[in-house]
Amino acid sequence: MSYKVLIIDDEPLARAVVKEYLEKHTQLQLAEECSNGFEGVKAVQQHEPDLIFLDIQMPKITGFEMLELIENPPHVIFTTAYDEFAMQAFEANAVDYLLKPFSQERFDKAISKWMEKNNAADTKATENLLKEAARHPQQNERVVVKTGSKIKIIPVQEIHYMEAADDYVKIITAEGAFLKKQTMGYFEDVLDASLFVRTHRSYMVNIQEITRIDPYEKENHIALLKSGAKIPVSRAGYPKLKSILGL
Amino acid sequence: MAVSPFQSKKFMVPFSIFWFVWISAHQLVLYKMGLDWFAALTDSIVSNTLLIWGAWLVFTIMRYYLPRKEGIFNLFLLVIVLTAAWFFAQSFIMNVIYPGNAQYREMLNNTLPLRIGIAFLINGCVTMFAYAYYNWQEKSDTDKQKNEAEKLTRDAELYKLRQQLQPHFLFNALNSINALISIKPDEARKMVQQLSEFLRTTLKKEEKQWVKLDEELHSLQLYLDIEKVRFGNRLTTRIEADVDTLTMQLPALLLQPLVENAIKFGLYDTTESTQITVKAMVVDNELKVAVENPFDAETSPAKKGTGFGLSSVQRRLFLLFGRNELLQTETKENIFITTVMIPQWQTINEEVQQ
Repeated sequence: MSYKVLIIDDEPLARAVVKEYLEKHTQLQLAEECSNGFEGVKAVQQHEPDLIFLDIQMPKITGFEMLELIENPPHVIFTTAYDEFAMQAFEANAVDYLLKPFSQERFDKAISKWMEKNNAADTKATENLLKEAARHPQQNERVVVKTGSKIKIIPVQEIHYMEAADDYVKIITAEGAFLKKQTMGYFEDVLDASLFVRTHRSYMVNIQEITRIDPYEKENHIALLKSGAKIPVSRAGYPKLKSILGL
Repeated sequence: MAVSPFQSKKFMVPFSIFWFVWISAHQLVLYKMGLDWFAALTDSIVSNTLLIWGAWLVFTIMRYYLPRKEGIFNLFLLVIVLTAAWFFAQSFIMNVIYPGNAQYREMLNNTLPLRIGIAFLINGCVTMFAYAYYNWQEKSDTDKQKNEAEKLTRDAELYKLRQQLQPHFLFNALNSINALISIKPDEARKMVQQLSEFLRTTLKKEEKQWVKLDEELHSLQLYLDIEKVRFGNRLTTRIEADVDTLTMQLPALLLQPLVENAIKFGLYDTTESTQITVKAMVVDNELKVAVENPFDAETSPAKKGTGFGLSSVQRRLFLLFGRNELLQTETKENIFITTVMIPQWQTINEEVQQ
């Protein structure tokens, strides 16, 4: 049986090492080499690989952000130089992580580890990994979303508010609405709590966008944004909002 | 240990003059009151010598025991005891020297309350002075210690800030070498040499506080050459330095974190190629160095530019020069510019010579 693999790394020499180490694993077919996350997303969709070798620090979007954009991410072996934040994530959940520079022996070991895991069909791993990776500091400065075939990087300051929509979260900015497959709870954990407040079970708002808070019906309120949008504020959300705004 | 003023010439000269005048005045007063010259002189010398000895005793006691606020009352007791002791000693000695001089005895009895009062005042003044003196000395000692401790922490912090070598850089460079070994062995060898030279100059510079710009640019070039191997043709660099800047001084390893920051934000902010430019010039007798990198205004919020790479440089400049505005950042269209100004002090040159 043969498997398809991808190498995603921005440094040509770093890709060359993996390619060289791959040569002796004839059951692994190198489908494509990618030099950034954008190419990576496209190549994953096109080739549907079984395994990818992924660097973390890459131009524009990180390896973690790239994985977030893929519907059913394949198994991942990280190849990275040094990242203390990512280390925790690796230890918890990755198939394996290779610290650059790594040897052929270490690489072979990672492959056989994956072979075992692959047979056990451990699909939870990548999912858990992403949850851990959310603690990576860069993750709370921006949100990466996919619109059609394009990838959009949204700095968190530009988000007006977020709204729950089934399995997705709708992210509203001045440029329009973007969907991201994620939960409200995730963003509540990750985003800066002094900037974003969960005003309602289904809403989270950037406090810098709020112009006014009005009472609404019995014990509820409505927050009016600069853009004119009206955001529901629940009974539980109102005290949170008040304390952050210092009222 | 506190220093007694009796050990200092600066104190002893006015102290002796004061007592000389005081003894003469004392003698003169007694003479005017009808005592003969000899008796007046003896009395003055005996009673005042005893007082001087009392003063010395006060200073010696307080050198070892300096009362806190709640012990102030003890000082009052000390003054009373001293005065009483002075009185008895004085009477005793004068009795030995002048047994049965009726005129002197009478004078002594008449002036008794006055003499005790004056002795009490003098002892009081001496005690207060000693108290103030040792308190002042203790305070200046603690101030000195505090200053020394602050200097030590500052030196330690500066040392740490100078240790700028990022493990990231080192491991990635080693990974590139690992790749080159099988593809292009010659280049692998060249890169090992570049990396070694870079590490050597860095280690050497970590001991130094100040270097000349041309030395700093040399190791910067080594650093950039290594990064160019890593990133291939995605990274191009330019270094432009005016000739008169080359001998100017700057803190060692100051520029590398700036360039590292520029590469990080320049290169990771685009999938295309990037040019990093370093420019050095003289502005108002200060050395100005600007590091430029392109950035994407749409996806990089402006605050990103003042990240931790730059704040450590800013901190270092503050510790060295006590100024916060020496590092500035600005954006011009799609170029991010980090500028540092380095004052050229005379003191800097002195320190370099050391």
